[in-house]
Amino acid sequence: MRREKLRALAPLDEPEAPSDLRVRQLRARDLLRGDLEGPDLEQHVEESVLTTTMGKALGWGRANSIFPATFGLACCAIEMMSIVSPRYDIARFGAENLRASPRQADLLILSGRVSIKMAPVCRRLYDQMLEPKWVIAMGACSSSGGMFANYAVVQGADKFMPVDIHVPGCPPRPEALIYGFNKLQRMILGSPDPGWRHRYSAVGTEEWAREATGRASKEEIEAYEAARDLIASHESARSQASRGGPA
Amino acid sequence: MPDAPGLELIAQELNADAEGSVLGTYHEHGQGCLIVNPERIIDVLRWLRDTPGQEYRFLSSLHGVDYLPAEPRFGVVYELMSMPRAERLRLRAALADPGGERLPEIDTCVELFPGADFQEREVYDFFGIVFRGHPDMRRILMPEEYVGWPQRRDFPVGGEPVIFTHDEPVMPRWYE
Repeated sequence: MRREKLRALAPLDEPEAPSDLRVRQLRARDLLRGDLEGPDLEQHVEESVLTTTMGKALGWGRANSIFPATFGLACCAIEMMSIVSPRYDIARFGAENLRASPRQADLLILSGRVSIKMAPVCRRLYDQMLEPKWVIAMGACSSSGGMFANYAVVQGADKFMPVDIHVPGCPPRPEALIYGFNKLQRMILGSPDPGWRHRYSAVGTEEWAREATGRASKEEIEAYEAARDLIASHESARSQASRGGPA
Repeated sequence: MPDAPGLELIAQELNADAEGSVLGTYHEHGQGCLIVNPERIIDVLRWLRDTPGQEYRFLSSLHGVDYLPAEPRFGVVYELMSMPRAERLRLRAALADPGGERLPEIDTCVELFPGADFQEREVYDFFGIVFRGHPDMRRILMPEEYVGWPQRRDFPVGGEPVIFTHDEPVMPRWYE
């Protein structure tokens, strides 16, 4: 076949043969293709080659090799430490390498209450981290001040730095933090997880805070129905895409 | 702790050596306390530290109290310990609020008890009680630019109100 033809043209032990360039091109193409031709080749490409965008490939790489900073603020730090232990093992998601310097870290986990004296320190650490960078506010205190509604504690870390994920709990269990971390990964991949209602097909079962009369206002009902329609259209688009759908 | 008669004995000896330094005593829950004239606090502490037979050489704690609405409003409390007697003694100096922007003042005891340095700074930080003659009278725990004396009883607690959905009947449409 073609390979024999090529060998006849230019023996491998003579790389500096005269009709050099063309022969090398053909040989390279041949190496890339392997022995397949025609429809076999088409099928092989279809089955084994994945096309994507640069951004998606980049996001995939980033989401699966996050380097969190070694940074504990309070009691939540105890739970944060255990996520690298063999029992919880955040190495499963590629983030087992906690860096002791913010300049080598991608992710800052605010594990505990942020006092007003610590806030500038946190902000400086965040500013020292290299882009792209993310922040998880772990626990009630760093999300909202928690039980420390007093003069010494900042009422929510997002008052002085951008926070991507809030993990509720006091303190959150390590599983909760890992779940928050997985949410962050989905966010980095560009497909934020809409939440448990979607996974459990419970969209539309929300309970709404009503007035004491128990009646929702007209605007509330309209906003709610618009949101539900939007979510449903997203859902159907997603399921069409996953089924293969029209090309 | 010295028992009640022992406490009276200390008070009498003190008043004999330093006239008008002890204003009163009380003995409760097995703990004795001398109520001291704040102008004479250094004399009292020195007497208790250096007099043979007393030897309260260890200041185990120094702290401030705000007794609002009582008058005088502030108190500085000294917890002394005598190692040879294995006894503790409490001193309390009551300070009136001078009002306005002025702060209550009392003499520092850093020369007698070097360990009082940080504790006096802490009392200053939280209650705004100035210790005259302190080598470094600044805030110690709160940020240096902080305004106010946060442990005073008339200081607002701070924080943000948190209202849950079950408050809805009480405060309808609170989120607006």
